[in-house]
Amino acid sequence: MQEIIDQFADTIRAAARESASLLIRSGGTKDFYGNRTANPDGSEGGILNATAYTGIVDYEPTELVVTARAGTRLAELETELRKRGQMLAFEPPHFGPGATLGGCVASGLSGPRRASAGAVRDFVLGVRMLDGRGDDLSFGGQVMKNVAGYDVSRLMTGSMGTLGLLLDVSLKVLPLPAAELTLRLPMNEAEAIDKMNLWAGKPLPVSATCFCDGELIFRLSGAAPAVRAARTIMGGVEIAEGAAFWQSIREQTHSFFQPGKQLWRLSIKSTTPPLSLPGKQLIEWGGALRWLAVDMDADTDAVHTAIRNTAKDAGGHATLFRSDGPCASVFHPLAPALMNINRRLKEKFDPKRIFSPGRMYPEI
Amino acid sequence: MNSLELVTRLRTFLPPEAVLHEKEDLRPYECDGLSAYRQTPMIVALPQTEDEVAQILRICHASKIPVVARGAGTGLSGGALPHAEGVLLSLAKLKRILELDPVARTARVQPGVRNLAISEAAANYGLYYAPDPSSQIACSIGGNVAENSGGVHCLKYGLTVHNILELRVLTIEGELLEIGGGGLDAAGYDLLALMTGSEGMLGIVTEVTVKLTPRPEKAQVVLAAFDDIRKAGDAVANVIAAGIIPAGMEMMDKITTRAVEEYIHAGYNLEAAAILLCESDGATEEVTEEIQRVNEIMKQSGAIEIRTSRDEAERLRFWAGRKAAFPAAGRVSPDYYCMDGTIPRKNLAKVLSGIEALSAEYGLRCMNVFHAGDGNLHPLILYDANRPGELELTEEFGAKILQMCIQAGGTITGEHGVGIEKINQMCSQFKTGELEMFHAVKAAFDPDGLLNPGKAVPTLRRCAEHGAMHVHRGEEKFPELPRF
Ligand SMILES: Cc1cc2nc3c(=O)[nH]c(=O)nc-3n(C[C@H](O)[C@H](O)[C@H](O)COP(=O)(O)OP(=O)(O)OC[C@H]3O[C@@H](n4cnc5c(N)ncnc54)[C@H](O)[C@@H]3O)c2cc1C
Repeated sequence: MQEIIDQFADTIRAAARESASLLIRSGGTKDFYGNRTANPDGSEGGILNATAYTGIVDYEPTELVVTARAGTRLAELETELRKRGQMLAFEPPHFGPGATLGGCVASGLSGPRRASAGAVRDFVLGVRMLDGRGDDLSFGGQVMKNVAGYDVSRLMTGSMGTLGLLLDVSLKVLPLPAAELTLRLPMNEAEAIDKMNLWAGKPLPVSATCFCDGELIFRLSGAAPAVRAARTIMGGVEIAEGAAFWQSIREQTHSFFQPGKQLWRLSIKSTTPPLSLPGKQLIEWGGALRWLAVDMDADTDAVHTAIRNTAKDAGGHATLFRSDGPCASVFHPLAPALMNINRRLKEKFDPKRIFSPGRMYPEI
Repeated sequence: MNSLELVTRLRTFLPPEAVLHEKEDLRPYECDGLSAYRQTPMIVALPQTEDEVAQILRICHASKIPVVARGAGTGLSGGALPHAEGVLLSLAKLKRILELDPVARTARVQPGVRNLAISEAAANYGLYYAPDPSSQIACSIGGNVAENSGGVHCLKYGLTVHNILELRVLTIEGELLEIGGGGLDAAGYDLLALMTGSEGMLGIVTEVTVKLTPRPEKAQVVLAAFDDIRKAGDAVANVIAAGIIPAGMEMMDKITTRAVEEYIHAGYNLEAAAILLCESDGATEEVTEEIQRVNEIMKQSGAIEIRTSRDEAERLRFWAGRKAAFPAAGRVSPDYYCMDGTIPRKNLAKVLSGIEALSAEYGLRCMNVFHAGDGNLHPLILYDANRPGELELTEEFGAKILQMCIQAGGTITGEHGVGIEKINQMCSQFKTGELEMFHAVKAAFDPDGLLNPGKAVPTLRRCAEHGAMHVHRGEEKFPELPRF
C-alpha cells in the first residue's frame, strides 16, 4: 500500500510543480455535487483516481472503532459492520455502487438518521492524508476522545477534496438498533413541523422523520420495549416496507427526487414554519432539512436569490444540490470574514491550489 | 506600550475595576486548575460585553500584546496560565443566558455562563445540556468549547463538539466570525469543529448556542465489583459487544474506592481490585430491560458483587464516590497531579500494570479513575509539593504515562487539553509536518501568534531540544524490548 501512497504523492507533487489542478475522485458517485473545477486557464484539470487504495485496516467491534482506507467501497464497509451487528450511524448516501469511504467523508453528506445520531463529522475520529505538498500527515486517532492538536480530521470532513487527499479514516461505529419500526400519520406541513419539534423535545426513540405529500413518516429505533412504548404514545399506522422507504430517501430514489428538476437543499432552524418558495418540498431531520425541487424553467436569478435569502433568514444556508448544467455557485455565499479564514486555510493545506480549485467556492 | 499606558487606554472604555494591574489584584489569576504552574499577567481585563472584548483585542493586536483568555480557570493543563507581558482576558463577566428556545431545544449563552447553569435554566422544560464535566458547577461554557470538554455521559451523548450549533468568535484583529448556524450544518469548512478544542489559540468565543437534550424518563446504575482489573476491562468490552451503549461507564481502582469511601460512604466494595459503574437511561421499559442485561453480563464477566440502584437517592450515592474522586485525592495527599490519556480499551490492563510499575519505581502512589466506555484514563499521581524534588519526579512519572498511552495507540489528552502541561509530549505524538500544519492553522487565524502564545503546539525548536523519541500510531523503536 505504501507504493500506492508514494504514487499519489508523486502525482500531487507533479501537479504542484506545474500548478495544474487535480480533481480527487474515487467512485465518481458525487461528481454532480459542487461547482465545476478547472485549471487556472480554464482547461480541464487532471484526475487523481484514489480507488486503488482500499481495505479495512483495523476493526475492533468492542472498541466501536473502524479504520479503513479511503478507497474502500462504502457498501463493503457497511457489510462488514453489519456482520458484527454495527453500523455507520449517520447513514451516508451512496448515490451509486461505486461510493467510497473517502468520498463519503469528503462530501460530508449524512442520511435520515442524522438528526438523532449525528453527522459524518461527528463520527470521524482521525485521518491520515496527503496535503498539497504531498506530505503524509495524520491527525486525530483511533480513540473516542482526543484533544491533542487542532481537529483537522473534522476540518477535512465535508471539504470536498479541496484540502488534501484522504488516505485512512477512523470512524466511531454504533450497534444496530435491536428494533425498528416505521409509521405514518396524515397531517399538513405546519402540523408536521410542530410535531417533529415537539417529539424531539421528549425522550422518544425517533431516529428519522420525513414529511412529504401530506404525511409525516417517522422511524422509531432502539430497544424493543422502548419502541413499543413510544408507538403507544405517538400513534400512527405501520409501514411494512419501512426500510425500503428510508433507503429511497437516503439514496434519493424516492419519486420526490425525480430527475429533470433543480434540487435545492436548505439546512435551517428546525422550527422554521413552512417556507413559501416555488416548487415542491420534502422535509427531513426533524424540520432542519428542507429539500426543494424547482422546475428548470422556473430557474431564474430571482428564484435563486429568494431561496438563498429564505434559508439565511431561517438561520441556515442553501445548497444547489443537483442541477442540469454546470454551476459556479452551488454553495451558500460566505460572509467576508469567514471567507477570509476559509481562504487562508486552503492556502495552508494546498498552497499551489491544486486540489479541486473552485469546487466549493471560486476563492478556494 | 507599557503596562500603565495600556491601563489608561483600556480605562477609556472599561470601568476602573475591570482593569486590574496591582500585584495583589493579579494574584488570583496567576494559575488555573494546574496550580504547579504560576505566572502573574501584566494586566487582567474583565470586559462585560462583546464590544468591549473586541476593543481590547484591537488594542492588543495593534501593539502586539499577547492575550490569554480565561473562563472559570478550572482547566487542568495550564491553558489559562497568564503571559507575563500579556493581558489576561477574563470572560467571567459575560455570564448571561441570552435566549432559551424550548421548542427548537437550543440555548444561546455568553461564554462565561457556567456549564451547570444551562441545565438548570433548561430544567423547567424537561431539557438539559448533555456534556457534564465533573467541574460543571464551576467551569464556563467558553472554556468547555476551548477544551472540547466531556463528562461521564459522553459515550452516549457526545462531547462539546457534538452539542454546539453556533459560535460567535472574535479574531485577534477584533473581527467577528459567525460560525455554524441554526441548522445542523453550515457552508464552508467546518470551523465549528476546528474552534472546538482549540484552547484559546484561534479566537475568543463570545457566544455559544448549545443543543439541549430531553431528560430521559429514567436512569438506573449498576455497581459491579471485580477482583481483577482485567476482568473489569473485559466486562466493559462485553457490554459493548452486546450492543449496549451505556449512558455512563466508569471504573475506579482499589486505592481510589478506598479514598472516596472514607468520606462519601457510597458503599463501595473495599476489597475489589476495581469497581465499575454502568448506567442505563431512557424509557422506563428500556432501562429495566437493559439493566437486567447488564447485570447478566457483569455476572458472566466474573463480578464478585453486583448492586443495582433501587431509587434515585441510591443512584446518586453510587455516583457520588466517582464524582468525588478528585477531592478525595486532595484529602489523602497534600497534592495530586491529574493525567488525561486515552487508549484503546483493549490495552487497559497493559497500561494499568505499566502505571503500577512506574508507581513503584518512583515511590509515588497513583489513583486510577477511568472513563471506561471511551478509554479515557485519569491517573491521579499523589505527591507533596513541599518535599524538594517531588513535583519534578511526579512530572516525569506523568510524562511516562503519556508516553505509554501513545505507545498503546492512544493520545496524550482526551479532554483536558495540551495547554502548557503536555507540550513536550506533543513532540512524541506528532511528526514535524503535522506540528507545522498546526502552526499553519493557527497562523490562518492569528498570524502574529498573539493568542495564548507558547501553548498547545510546541515549536519545532522546543521539540528538538526536548529530544523526544517520536512514537507514532503505536509504532515504537525496538518494539521487542519490554517497556513496562
Ligand atoms: C475538579 C475538576 C474536575 C474536572 N472534570 C472534568 C471532566 O470531567 N471533563 C472535562 O472535560 N474536564 C474536566 N475538568 C477540566 C476543566 O474543568 C475543563 O477543561 C473546563 O472546560 C475548563 O473551563 P474553564 O471555564 O474553567 O476554562 P479555563 O480553565 O478558564 O480555560 C481553559 C482554556 O480555555 C480557554 N478559554 C476559556 N474561555 C475562552 C473563551 N471564551 N474563548 C476562547 N478560549 C477560552 C483558555 O485560554 C484556556 O486555554 C475538571 C477540572 C477540575 C478542576
